[in-house]
Amino acid sequence: MEMTAVDREGRLTVTLSGEIDHHSAKDIREAIDRLLVEAHPKALVLDLSGIDFMDSSGLGLVLGRYRRAKETGTEMYLANTSDRVGKILKMAGVDKLIRTLRKDAENKSKGENRQ
Amino acid sequence: MNKRTRLNYFRCEFEARSVNEGFSRMLVSAFASQLDPTIEEICDIKTAVSEAVTNCIVHAYGDDRTEKRTISISGSYYSDGLFVIRIKDKGCGIDNIEQAMQPMYSGSSSEERSGMGFSIMESFTDSLKVRSSPGRGTVVTMKKYIGNADGKDE
Repeated sequence: MEMTAVDREGRLTVTLSGEIDHHSAKDIREAIDRLLVEAHPKALVLDLSGIDFMDSSGLGLVLGRYRRAKETGTEMYLANTSDRVGKILKMAGVDKLIRTLRKDAENKSKGENRQ
Repeated sequence: MNKRTRLNYFRCEFEARSVNEGFSRMLVSAFASQLDPTIEEICDIKTAVSEAVTNCIVHAYGDDRTEKRTISISGSYYSDGLFVIRIKDKGCGIDNIEQAMQPMYSGSSSEERSGMGFSIMESFTDSLKVRSSPGRGTVVTMKKYIGNADGKDE
């Protein structure tokens, strides 16, 4: 499991890759919560483009971060969820709770031009 | 109607440590790959196995380090494409299986659990059975037809 974080103008984008299960979720959870406290961003974007596998521990991780972000007034979004990850998020109704950004919408909102 | 015959079987026992969640997924998916499943079918199996094994680690043995914490997995497949996986622990058991299987129910308050484990197992397989004796352990049996969309005997 790998994690990268970019904090740009109050928008913290955390990109996860690899597998999210109960074993890996603990470290990710602690790392994101630390970043939320340190950066106190306006928005948290969890980019799941590199996730090869996710089970219900991933759901717990996403829902837990949503609750944590809400407590501190941070808006949370998901980005680049694969069909597989989307299927699991949908089962728990997460898709109705947390907005998922599409790649083009995300870039537009960042004001970036990618070639 | 053709008689169903068992074509292959494996059994493996390992310690209930979270690092073995990935191991158990790889083990079962490697065995299931002999049936030439689709990527979707393999993903379903890996996810269902991960849920069952995580339950053993989080709920069956909890924080008690004194007992023998083992999980045993067996798998078999049959001539009609039926794939059967059984995940067994010797932990605390489940008092109320019906309640434990309710979506969003979690018996753990110490960790961030979504309570969706059994719902995922149920939806990603064709059949899920849970047998449990409080104080003695739990056996989860999941069945899935590979390469046979109807999921029926011929």
